Amino acid sequence: MRSALAVIVAAMLLLAPQSGSAQQPRPTESAAPRDSGLEARTAAVASELRCPVCQGLSIQDSPSDLSQSMKGVVREQLAAGRTPDEVKAYFVSKYGEWILLAPKASGFNILAYAVPFLIVLGGGVVIAVAVRRWTSGAVNDPPSPM
Amino acid sequence: MNWKRAGIAMCFVVPVVALFAFGLTHDPRDIPSPLPGNPAPQFALAVFAPGEAPFSRAIGDTVRLAGLRGRVVVLNFWASWCLSCRDEHVTLTEVARRYAGKPVQFVGSLYQDRTSAGTEWIARMGGQSYPSVDDPKSQTAIDYGLYGVPETYFIAPDGRIVRKITGPASAIEITRTVDSLLATIATVPVAR
Repeated sequence: MRSALAVIVAAMLLLAPQSGSAQQPRPTESAAPRDSGLEARTAAVASELRCPVCQGLSIQDSPSDLSQSMKGVVREQLAAGRTPDEVKAYFVSKYGEWILLAPKASGFNILAYAVPFLIVLGGGVVIAVAVRRWTSGAVNDPPSPM
Repeated sequence: MNWKRAGIAMCFVVPVVALFAFGLTHDPRDIPSPLPGNPAPQFALAVFAPGEAPFSRAIGDTVRLAGLRGRVVVLNFWASWCLSCRDEHVTLTEVARRYAGKPVQFVGSLYQDRTSAGTEWIARMGGQSYPSVDDPKSQTAIDYGLYGVPETYFIAPDGRIVRKITGPASAIEITRTVDSLLATIATVPVAR
């Protein structure tokens, strides 16, 4: 029984379509060994840049061809001596601030950071007022007749 | 009617309705590009599809944006796997032919695709009137802030990007934009 199951699983793995879409016609990554420090810095910058063809994924997490190409550009620019901020500024100059997964905390963007705290604060106030009313109502209520 | 309660309810309902109204009337994929108004990123890409006379360029020839200064450049990013590019292809090819003999250069740039697939696709589509170049590492596509294909960029004779069209471009949109740029050439002599 187990061997039959193993044969079925092996057959499914062989018949399953390979990862990657039909839109992946050529490799964008070379197989050459890479500097681990550069890779770590590339991953850190790539984690902060939004994949333009995905929903809420960074180019570090996205397997799309465009993200892989963008990651290659990040790697090239870091290897050429650019700082992470300069690399991010390059992408912002091409795609706008939208490309940053976390918008800069300045101007209108401050709302994105402030609103969640304001909502939590407002919710806390509403709960505090409600609890106060309920408790004061319970104290003031006359005892029910037995 | 309890006006106080109604007011509190409105404080919650109005922002939610406003949020829905904004979200449902805006295309989330239509993200404004910072490029229009700025100098077009330079490129030097090899031709893989020659196009037809008088626009034709030899296969392997390098198309440099710097070499097209003084002309209106229509740069279209496309791919053989892109369905929307089929609709746009006939339009672009026909509109380009109308500008034969004028200082206008249409250039196709292959995006995330093999040149062999691009060449086959052009043949299947009945040809392309203008040359197409290969952008092997998508560097040019990224320089132009490309989200997907098709996307078309209009570059003025002075090298500035004046417009970007996301998705299939219509003949009217292309003609209006190119004509308005040609009018600037007619009125302002371009320094060479």
